[in-house]
Amino acid sequence: MATAAITAERENYLNQEYGIKSWLLTVDHKRIALLYLLSITFFFFIGGFFALLIRLELLTPAGDLVQADTYNKLFTMHGQVMVFFFLIPSIPAVLGNFLVPLMIGAKDLAFPRINLLSWYLYIIAGVLMLHCMLTGGVDTGWTFYTPFSTAFSNTKVIEAGLAIFISGFSSILTGLNFVVTIHRMRAPGMTWNRLPLFIWAHYATSIIQLLGTPVIAVTLVLVVLERALHLGIFDPTRGGDPLLFQHLFWFYSHPAVYIMILPAMGVVTEIVPCFSRKRIFGYNFVAMSSIGIAVLGFLVWAHHMFVAGISLYAALIFSALSYLVAVPSAIKVFNWTATMYKGSITFSTPMLYAFGFIGLFTMGGLTGLFLAALGIDVHVTDTYFVIAHFHYIMVGGAVMGYLGGMHFWWPKISGRMYPESLGRLAALIVFLGFNLTFFPQFILGYLGMPRRYWQYPPEFQVLNVLSTAGSTILAVGYLLPMVYFLWSMRYGKIAPANPWGASGLEWRTSSPPPTFNFDQAPMVDWEAYDYENIPAPEIPAPQISAEEARIAG
Amino acid sequence: MPDSPIAVAHHNPELQHHFADMEQQRDASSLGMWLFLATEIMFFGGMFCAYLIYRLWYFPEFAAASNSLDITLGTVNTAVLICSSLTVVLAVHAAQIGKRQAQVIYLALTLVLGLAFLGIKAVEWTSKFKEHHIPGASFHFEGEVPGHPGQPVDQQHAQIFFSLYFAMTGMHALHMIIGVGIFSYLLYYAWRGRYTPEYHTPLENSGLYWHFVDIVWIYLFPLLYLIDRKK
Amino acid sequence: MMSAAIFTMIVVFAVRYRRRKGIAAEQIEGSTALEVTWSVIPLFIFVVIFVWGAVIYFKERTPPRGATEIYVVAKQWMWKLQHEEGQREINELHVPVGRDVKMILTSQDVIHSFYVPAFRIKQDVLPGRYTTAWFRPTKAGTYHLFCAEYCGTQHSGMIGQVVVLEPAQYQAWLSGGGAAGSMASNGQNIFLQLGCSTCHRSDTQGRGPNLVGLFGKPVQLEDGRVVTADENYVRESILTPGAKIVSGFKPIMPVFQGLVSEEQLNALVAYVKSLSQSPSGAAGGPTVVPSGAKPQESKVQ
Repeated sequence: MATAAITAERENYLNQEYGIKSWLLTVDHKRIALLYLLSITFFFFIGGFFALLIRLELLTPAGDLVQADTYNKLFTMHGQVMVFFFLIPSIPAVLGNFLVPLMIGAKDLAFPRINLLSWYLYIIAGVLMLHCMLTGGVDTGWTFYTPFSTAFSNTKVIEAGLAIFISGFSSILTGLNFVVTIHRMRAPGMTWNRLPLFIWAHYATSIIQLLGTPVIAVTLVLVVLERALHLGIFDPTRGGDPLLFQHLFWFYSHPAVYIMILPAMGVVTEIVPCFSRKRIFGYNFVAMSSIGIAVLGFLVWAHHMFVAGISLYAALIFSALSYLVAVPSAIKVFNWTATMYKGSITFSTPMLYAFGFIGLFTMGGLTGLFLAALGIDVHVTDTYFVIAHFHYIMVGGAVMGYLGGMHFWWPKISGRMYPESLGRLAALIVFLGFNLTFFPQFILGYLGMPRRYWQYPPEFQVLNVLSTAGSTILAVGYLLPMVYFLWSMRYGKIAPANPWGASGLEWRTSSPPPTFNFDQAPMVDWEAYDYENIPAPEIPAPQISAEEARIAG
Repeated sequence: MPDSPIAVAHHNPELQHHFADMEQQRDASSLGMWLFLATEIMFFGGMFCAYLIYRLWYFPEFAAASNSLDITLGTVNTAVLICSSLTVVLAVHAAQIGKRQAQVIYLALTLVLGLAFLGIKAVEWTSKFKEHHIPGASFHFEGEVPGHPGQPVDQQHAQIFFSLYFAMTGMHALHMIIGVGIFSYLLYYAWRGRYTPEYHTPLENSGLYWHFVDIVWIYLFPLLYLIDRKK
Repeated sequence: MMSAAIFTMIVVFAVRYRRRKGIAAEQIEGSTALEVTWSVIPLFIFVVIFVWGAVIYFKERTPPRGATEIYVVAKQWMWKLQHEEGQREINELHVPVGRDVKMILTSQDVIHSFYVPAFRIKQDVLPGRYTTAWFRPTKAGTYHLFCAEYCGTQHSGMIGQVVVLEPAQYQAWLSGGGAAGSMASNGQNIFLQLGCSTCHRSDTQGRGPNLVGLFGKPVQLEDGRVVTADENYVRESILTPGAKIVSGFKPIMPVFQGLVSEEQLNALVAYVKSLSQSPSGAAGGPTVVPSGAKPQESKVQ
């Protein structure tokens, strides 16, 4: 097809300028998204490497692979790297940065230079974190509980704290950029209720980033000061209160989990309608549920502290509120399912990831209800049950959402198609590997195995072995896309502007888009998810090979 | 957004290419600054929260420690900051009516007042150092609980007051230093004539920042300096 | 459960509504009625679960009166337990079947957590404060005791066991041990040694408040507040007496912070409690020690 050939040759954001300076000093949101893609992938593998070592150690009950102190550093740094350097940026900084202007019909984000600054802050934080890890590491747990972190740990707490402090500003600036962009830079006709729900999800996420991150920033400042100057703000032997730290820490860290999951929900909300050829069921409810999660998410933090020594009455209140915040999430799951009803479903790779997300997020969310129940929480908190719960949401949810999004928008980002059968295979491997890794952990926790344990009583071994086996399968599942995405940049079929027949402004410009996104400024006069008027693509999507493109062009 | 030749020919050199017009650029910048200030409220809020809790628990020591702060210098500093907010407003107004020289004068005054604030702060901190009120190994507090002469003062509780005092006023001073840097930059470009009635957004937004830092001090001053002063 | 329902629906829809030639998707915008229904019904279910969990939690946080008290001091990386009668144990706790046991927990260093999976109890153990947990063993046996709050290098080595014995065996164990006096009597010795009795006399002539009958009762402070004399109050009054001055007394009590160990503090607390006990041994006043700071309660230190 001739148009596809033209697509391959025309000027786009990737070939507009070459050279490392053009990348390191870019203010193009699409290039910055790719810079983030490289960086977070790097940290994902570091965090994953730590996880593998942890699982290897846990193959046997005795502590025989690494020393206890090393193990404590491994789980600490696994948590810190995965939370602050992978999950929190992931979807917003890669997919959000790339897509937000495209989806609303803008030329760029509101503050392109601040966008670049936020990447540099991330890199500075990352370098500091790497240095910390290579010169001794930190062993406080990602939660930094005092007084252990301020007065007892012999590791590089200050350096790690500062690294995370700096990374927080990267997050804040990204959120600030998105909110201003969504408010002020929508194309004519793009009203609030024509916005893709991906945008609503990122808007809600950005609100949390803006209001929550500063609190962890100042908390880490106080921890650093306390440790450096031997103050007594959180140290009971000096008049302070360790629970004050926990309240301040969780005030951010609970909303943080919504920073990690809301964008993934936004991705799923784009994928499911497209591959069901149906508008999303209940647009308003899905949009409002994102806002609801953001608001309610700020009111539940002390459900991490039910056995910490808070008063009975505080525990009751936070438990009740935690049940409230589950409602909007449930609404989303029901709406996705209802969207599939009477649809015309294709089992493409993104859709497989979306299915995985819905199933695994539901399981993770339901186990969250167990944890919100005070009586049950006493038994399972601080055990592998909690670890399984949050990995179901973070990995079964957020990471699958991220991978689904990467596959869905890869043609737009790179101008190439990834190999579809390999994509489906990888999705399946990830799904199986994930369940084998983490389902046994629910049982382990219920049986009483505490978390952060280097050695454990022998009766827990079988389940641990199953979990480790699963983790190796999961690792393979994650490696595959890295390989074939890279492969596709050279050998993948050339992608047309809209391979999936999806709605959304980003699909009405070329793949990859030109630097200023649209040749003609868009004027929107149609509703979102307008699938009755968009013809379904032939499956597989009409593509020509790279060879054909070269011949035709 | 349409890039007609006429639109291109007439646009303000300060218009950045991804904005449709100056109004959109101005609105975006302004919203951005307000959002940033919201994050600053949350940032300082964490410390205010810690302060309020400990003040509730350790009131006698907090009162004693508060009374040991120099209320004269604190009041002068408050007046200095309020005046500097006035000069900022006057500078923005001068830009709005196109008076370059007035802008420069008011911005310079703002800078002077800001530096004065920092200087007075330095004086206060030095005297705290001499009195051994800086938390750490050589901390020792000799003050009295107001209204209860002879009541022993718990050193640890007093030290928490000073830890929070230095953390909060230190964070505030850091924001003042950044503000001084920003206003030096503005002063230079104002002198170069960059800010006109059509374009003075940096002045307005930096003014918002400066006012915010001022407001933080207006909360800090009574909370820290004025506990139980009955003179 | 709910996930099974959702999974089934997804699988059914995926199969039934897979893309087929000639069959187009049906565009359905939404249904407010459906949305409200599937918001309200889950909410109702959640309320039920919440109440159920809350009731269990309330019972779990409220030790019954008359429970045997065990004082626990956690430190990196071991559990030190002391029975009222004086027996000390390290990493092991012997208790008889069928008797309520209340643990009064504190830490010498960082936060730990006392976790016995078999009993479904877990309670963080804090430095500078007492927290409590209670259980009633119903079956003889040996059960894991874990530390469940990360506390450093040997966190996973801070493992012990709770040994539940039949009453007869428990009596045998009790008499076999080398108890050097009950905690309360140890406490009394310390009380005398440290000169507490000089001011805290058992009449109204002392420079300090009379401690007889004090434990568990409300205390009026000179700033007008009324607090309950629980374990945390006694502990705070010893370590930082200036924090709460009893109405009508001068703030002249010396500070004992740094001069008494955790075990000595526990013994003193046990002694003060014993001053409120009727001869039958039941402590007067509430044995509920909220392990959190309620507005009128004593707090840290």
